[in-house]
Amino acid sequence: MNYTVRKFDAVIVGAGGAGLRAAIQLSEAGYKTAVLTKVFPTRSHTVAAQGGVAASLGNSEEDHWHWHMYDTVKGSDWLGDQDAIEFMCRKANEVVVELEHYGMPFDRLDNGKIYQRPFGGHMSNFGEKPVRRSCAAADRTGHAMLHAMYQRNVKVNTQFFVEWQALDLVRDAEGDVMGVTAMDMETGEIVVFHAKATIFATGGAGRIYYSSTNAFINTGDGVGMAARAGIPLEDMEFWQFHPTGVAGAGVLITEGVRGEGGILRNSDGERFMERYAPNAKDLASRDVVSRAMTTEINEGRGCGPNKDFVLLDITHLPPETIMKRLPGIHEIGIQFAGVDCLKEPLPVVPTCHYQMGGIPTNYLGQVVVPRGGNQSEPVLGFYAAGECACASVHGANRLGTNSLLDLLVFGKSAGETAVNDLKNNVKAHKPLAQDAIDRTLARVDRLNNQKDGADVHETRLAMQRTMQKHAGVFRFKDMLAEGVTRINEIAGQVAQTQIKDKSKVFNTARIEALELDNLIEVAKATIVSANARTESRGAHVRDDAVDSPETPDGRNDKVWLKHTLWYREGNRLDYKPVQMKPMSVDTIELKKRAY
Amino acid sequence: MTEDRRARINRLKWHCRRALLELDLVFDRFWERYEETLDAQGEAALESLLELEDHDLWALVSGREITGDPRMAAMIERLREISPIANFE
Ligand SMILES: Cc1cc2nc3c(=O)[nH]c(=O)nc-3n(C[C@H](O)[C@H](O)[C@H](O)COP(=O)(O)OP(=O)(O)OC[C@H]3O[C@@H](n4cnc5c(N)ncnc54)[C@H](O)[C@@H]3O)c2cc1C
Repeated sequence: MNYTVRKFDAVIVGAGGAGLRAAIQLSEAGYKTAVLTKVFPTRSHTVAAQGGVAASLGNSEEDHWHWHMYDTVKGSDWLGDQDAIEFMCRKANEVVVELEHYGMPFDRLDNGKIYQRPFGGHMSNFGEKPVRRSCAAADRTGHAMLHAMYQRNVKVNTQFFVEWQALDLVRDAEGDVMGVTAMDMETGEIVVFHAKATIFATGGAGRIYYSSTNAFINTGDGVGMAARAGIPLEDMEFWQFHPTGVAGAGVLITEGVRGEGGILRNSDGERFMERYAPNAKDLASRDVVSRAMTTEINEGRGCGPNKDFVLLDITHLPPETIMKRLPGIHEIGIQFAGVDCLKEPLPVVPTCHYQMGGIPTNYLGQVVVPRGGNQSEPVLGFYAAGECACASVHGANRLGTNSLLDLLVFGKSAGETAVNDLKNNVKAHKPLAQDAIDRTLARVDRLNNQKDGADVHETRLAMQRTMQKHAGVFRFKDMLAEGVTRINEIAGQVAQTQIKDKSKVFNTARIEALELDNLIEVAKATIVSANARTESRGAHVRDDAVDSPETPDGRNDKVWLKHTLWYREGNRLDYKPVQMKPMSVDTIELKKRAY
Repeated sequence: MTEDRRARINRLKWHCRRALLELDLVFDRFWERYEETLDAQGEAALESLLELEDHDLWALVSGREITGDPRMAAMIERLREISPIANFE
């Protein structure tokens, strides 16, 4: 198979929030920068974000980055690295104001300052009471953000390669990175992007689960590419589930529905949250509600022919309230559940929403791996930011509005560090590693020539169902172990997928088969890491983790206050310490996470 | 399917990969039903719809907003009538 080589100073894979932010940094500094993206930049998944971006601007009431930092550490169930968290929270105001200068149309107060609203888990004065910290642009925050940053990139001459699919990282025997291989979807042509700096900003992999709020595009490509190139994946057992995705479809029903008085009911019509959270009831935190729902379903009180969902009831609310305060919900019910929510309750299940783990990085956006006795040695030429990366600021559980912040801060940071490296350390392109290129060619060849192979759609579905059942919201020892075996079997099928359509132009069958190669790496990393971690922490909750005074809610700091590292080779696990020391302030000491 | 048509359909299909899951689900169903029969007029209507921003497109498909363009309106009607009702398994 033929390929051509194109040279750039920097290549960025991904044009969502993280990729666009990183690109601004490089292009502004005058470096020749290519941004590859599977879809037009402003159709990246960041568009779906509505809630807003966190920053302790204190425009409506007193706020402080140190309070934000405390909330984030606590939210992370102490698995987040405190240096990276301090860095992010301190940088928040700067990146938000920058965004404003790029033209982001934030909602405003009468005095012209950015309007801020409260969001779950964000508090003032070290956990005292809710604070207004989220900055939004109506219900199109993510979309407005991408527009502002895309325009800025056009101005500073970033070169976009739209509808290109990156296939593999080019990494040599010394472990250094010198670009990516990619396919032009329009022609099927393969090109090697040879670069001095390579930044991954490919977003999350929420599609490993059957029920996911993520768009189809979220297939974890960067994470899969990194794993294939021998980079370990960090904390992949931690996935945030949103309690209310429409059963069978995944479409998110916002927390606002319960905020307005929506009630969750089981098959007996019981308002079961009264038993699990007598005070907060249906408004308890995401993980508590998700687990309660799962318990109801597991104990046979689910609804529907297969008893596999619960009901979100708003039929008692005045129709005017629903139509006015919850626009879109009525339509979502009709379109995706066949239910008129004014008259009937909506079927909902806890649904995969956000990937906390990813490619290990430090707060500078450098990808780091254990090497030569150092736990976090930067990989030369390789950076990552956004949902595909693990800085780690979200630890075991992300706070809402912190991921848009994450991609701004670490997107910028990755770009800035790359600029510094280009200026001071990396003067020339390192020769391309031929064997890495050959591996991509062999992978595409294999797919094109496979006979009697596995069907892509069916194999993906088998993976998604297995993940949902064996590594969902609530995890069981035996189920996890079984799930590992099952996922390994499915990985065998993924290695033999077959496509019927062999055409060149926008061959969606081929694109999806190549995406599945990435999804399966994420699925393996997730289930193997989850199987090994025998405690409960944040979003990872196991039935066999004992709640005792030493291990409150099953969290076992003595043994498990550490990051997981999963290596693709041999499905092997390693661990590294959590960075408990912030940059300038005192450590936020371990405590039981209670709200 | 001719090679030409295959290429055109594949391109449209890829452009149906959107940032919002709502739209992905709608288009998934659409292709299941119309891949074989979509005519040139349908292709053109779909193509111009796909130029829209995701939130605007979803506002049309979900019926919150209405388009004045009759060609687009017919396509939106088609997308709406095959609402991808969840399959409870
Ligand atoms: C419904 C929903 C609502 C949310 N709301 C909020 C919110 O209010 N606040 C908040 O902070 N967070 C929110 N989140 C989370 C947040 O939106 C995401 O974590 C964030 O947008 C991810 O941004 P990103 O830049 O990392 O990736 P993305 O925006 O997903 O971009 C990934 C980019 O990588 C490209 N790409 C991927 N693979 C390849 C490849 N192989 N080759 C070339 N290009 C590739 C894609 O084309 C795309 O451009 C929400 C998430 C969901 C699902």
